[in-house]
Amino acid sequence: MSTTTEAVATLPPRKSGFFGRLPVLKQLRQSVGLQRGMLITGLVVTAIFVLVAIFAPLIAPYGFAQLRGPDGPFGAQQPPSPEHIMGTTVGGYDVYSRVIWGAQTAILVIIIAVIFSIFIGILLGLISGYIGGWLDRVLVVIGDAIYAFPSLLLAIVLSIVISGGQSSLWGGIFAAALSITVVYIPQYYRVIRAETIRIKAEPYVESAKMLGASTPRIMFRHVLRNATRTLPIIFTLNSSEAILTLAGLGFLGFGIEPTAAAEWGYDLNKALSDVTSGIWWTALYPGLAIVLAVLGITLVGESLNDLADPRLRGRKRVKAKSGAMSATSVDAPLPSDLDILDENATAPSSTDGLENSK
Amino acid sequence: MSRVVDIKDLSISFATDAGAVKAVDGVSLSVNRGEVLAIVGESGSGKTVTAKTILGLLPETATTGGAVLLSNRAGTSVSDVVSLSKKQLRAVRGADVSMVFQEPSTALNPVYTVGWQIAEGLRAHGKLSRAEAKREAIEILRKVGIPEPEVRVNYYPHQFSGGQKQRVVIASALVLNPGLIVADEPTTALDVTVQAEILELLRRLRDEFDTAIVLITHNMGVVADLADRVAVMYQGKVVEEADAKTLFAHPQNDYTKRLLDSVPRIGQGRARTEERQRVRAERASGGVVDVPVVEATNLTIEYAARFGRKGFRAVDDVSFRIGPGEVLGLVGESGSGKTTIGRAIGGLTRITSGSLKVLGFEMLDFAERRFKPLRADIGFVFQDPAASFNPLLTIADAVAEPLVIHGRAKNPAQARKRVDELLEAVQLPKSYGDRFPHELSGGQRQRASLARGLALEPKLLIADEPTSALDVSVQARVLELFAELQLEFGFAALFISHDLAVVDLLADRIAVLYHGRLVEEGTGAEVLGDPRDPYTRRLLASLPVPDPVEQAARRTVLARIQAEAGANPA
Repeated sequence: MSTTTEAVATLPPRKSGFFGRLPVLKQLRQSVGLQRGMLITGLVVTAIFVLVAIFAPLIAPYGFAQLRGPDGPFGAQQPPSPEHIMGTTVGGYDVYSRVIWGAQTAILVIIIAVIFSIFIGILLGLISGYIGGWLDRVLVVIGDAIYAFPSLLLAIVLSIVISGGQSSLWGGIFAAALSITVVYIPQYYRVIRAETIRIKAEPYVESAKMLGASTPRIMFRHVLRNATRTLPIIFTLNSSEAILTLAGLGFLGFGIEPTAAAEWGYDLNKALSDVTSGIWWTALYPGLAIVLAVLGITLVGESLNDLADPRLRGRKRVKAKSGAMSATSVDAPLPSDLDILDENATAPSSTDGLENSK
Repeated sequence: MSRVVDIKDLSISFATDAGAVKAVDGVSLSVNRGEVLAIVGESGSGKTVTAKTILGLLPETATTGGAVLLSNRAGTSVSDVVSLSKKQLRAVRGADVSMVFQEPSTALNPVYTVGWQIAEGLRAHGKLSRAEAKREAIEILRKVGIPEPEVRVNYYPHQFSGGQKQRVVIASALVLNPGLIVADEPTTALDVTVQAEILELLRRLRDEFDTAIVLITHNMGVVADLADRVAVMYQGKVVEEADAKTLFAHPQNDYTKRLLDSVPRIGQGRARTEERQRVRAERASGGVVDVPVVEATNLTIEYAARFGRKGFRAVDDVSFRIGPGEVLGLVGESGSGKTTIGRAIGGLTRITSGSLKVLGFEMLDFAERRFKPLRADIGFVFQDPAASFNPLLTIADAVAEPLVIHGRAKNPAQARKRVDELLEAVQLPKSYGDRFPHELSGGQRQRASLARGLALEPKLLIADEPTSALDVSVQARVLELFAELQLEFGFAALFISHDLAVVDLLADRIAVLYHGRLVEEGTGAEVLGDPRDPYTRRLLASLPVPDPVEQAARRTVLARIQAEAGANPA
């Protein structure tokens, strides 16, 4: 027996339009103060990152693999100048152009990696959590085994297996994305599996079972949609980790060749020797790009995380004696209730047993 | 008489996602030394918020106006809790006022011994040594009636029963001898026989320790049993305040009258059930032979334990039958196996041995595939209406589910006409079909749940505590609706409840379960009018009635029964 808190539930529901219900925009409306600042900063940085990636061909003055302009070769390790505002690398590429093009590579890798891991992870988690049994046990052990390896090491092994030494644009991107996928599948798998196991015991699932609903129907209609609520948060946090893994792969030399695509980690690697000889521009700008992209996405993810929890969510203070009294469950005759009562009153009432029998 | 706490024009508002919500609106109350003030009201009336203010326990989203003047035990100092700093609040809590929570199993930390937890309060306020604190803890455990306190002070919470845990919680509230104890639904989570013992303990606190108690409850029986004075709250205001006898005998306010009227009393439903009994007897004499809808013979259900241990026997050798159109009330305390029986009939739990025939289908080692078509004839209403609806489906979609699953409609849209009829049958407006479950109140959700249970016009409806999560006035309306629908559709029903009075309202026959055994079965008049089994007698006597004078008389009866049975204190 428990006394439920009805008060909030019976408040007139606030109708919000289609945009108000979208995952990120809903949280943006909810937030106040510092949380809102964090979220907006994150959204702005992420938006810039995405826009730069989309419009890279228009923004970048040169191609990512371009070594010579109309006046001949750029020259290696040139300091920043009007022609090359961020200088050139040891290989003779324009730093500014490669930073811009790098955003495109990063975002492609994130999209492919996250989409693959989300779909596979959700499906495995749902099946393993709902059906259980030996399949569940085997999948959990495999997931734990993947967790036990350092993720970067695993990504290196996989990129070798997948690309087999090739380094074309899509080969490189897929190698990086799929190696990240394998590392992240267990995360989605675990979250969805845990949620599924929790939801499996909820009365609404039992009630569906009681009605005789088939297992796939229960899994996809009742469990799946309720289990995916925390995904936007993991999604954003994983995206930022995916950038770091990609950069790590590139830095260690398992990334994409400079002629196939621009990649921040590769550029950092090549800038290693420059730092000691006082050439700062080749390392600073790709480094900054990584930091900003990760920071923006992480800020969004962390803010969503805080806003999703009503106890962490900040609210504006209210004045004393302000606000409307919310209707309690007691005798709250809603206008529509009264219509029904009228209807019932006119209909011949056959069953007034309870009141008369006292 | 000196005042322990004096609440003056208190108003509290909360910041929520939907803007400001006012919870308490200009409440003034006071409690004298050695007095029990009951604050009564239904969910959302502001009673808990008012009481929590006395301890300064409101969350940060609350804004408080007015004053709460709290005196210490000696009456030498008075402080306004609303304006105290956090440090000052800590000094007041425990020493001048303390709290007893609703759920004893969550109010105690499972990783510390109860002695440690009681001593924690002592050490926070005084400079007692470890040994002294333990001595004090043993002393207070003895006072609240824990047997062998010297040994049990070193026990962990899970080694106590629910009632004993609540005694420990009361002990830790009492250890610094505060002048005031705030008890927030102290017996709601407990079984009714244990509730009687805890109420007895609280009464002793008042009489022996001269402690004032603010008792928050929605149960009018508990109020009648314990309270000296009663304040009725409705929508954040105190609508009536009087001493207990006056309030129950001559309620002034309309709301109070309605609230008292909706409390179910034993014997209310008897006239109707007797009438139906007569109709059934006539039919039987007319040569119509009833084939039972449910027939259980020596039904036993065990839950498997870990390897090497004996399984837990939840239902032990139970036999009963439910005829067509008959309502069987299944009563028992928590752990008595009543829900397990309901789940077994619905095919959610498998039976271990014996026989259970549902609509003629043997449930021992049944195959789900063969049972599925029969599910159309079984409706189920769950305890918590909030949890039994998929939060992402509209009410219309949820009610249409059974129709779609059993092929009566291709999709929810096609079933809409039938859904509208069903919603009207349970007295919900058609337009509510487009709402989501969280947009309905508890009572409305339980109506929708009934509509879903009845969608296929089942021959059998299993209702597992359908009203225990509802407020008392809402409960009355849902029960009324249930009775009307039963008459209209003529389904047989298994009505599971822990509340004898509720079961008595609806059931043709009542079966009492105790530790998995069926101890008594018969009509309402037989079981409640002249109980044979000692357990039924104790259960009946423990049920507090909403009338202070009658309740005082019943207490002596209960004391006698307990003495006769030599019943162990919980």
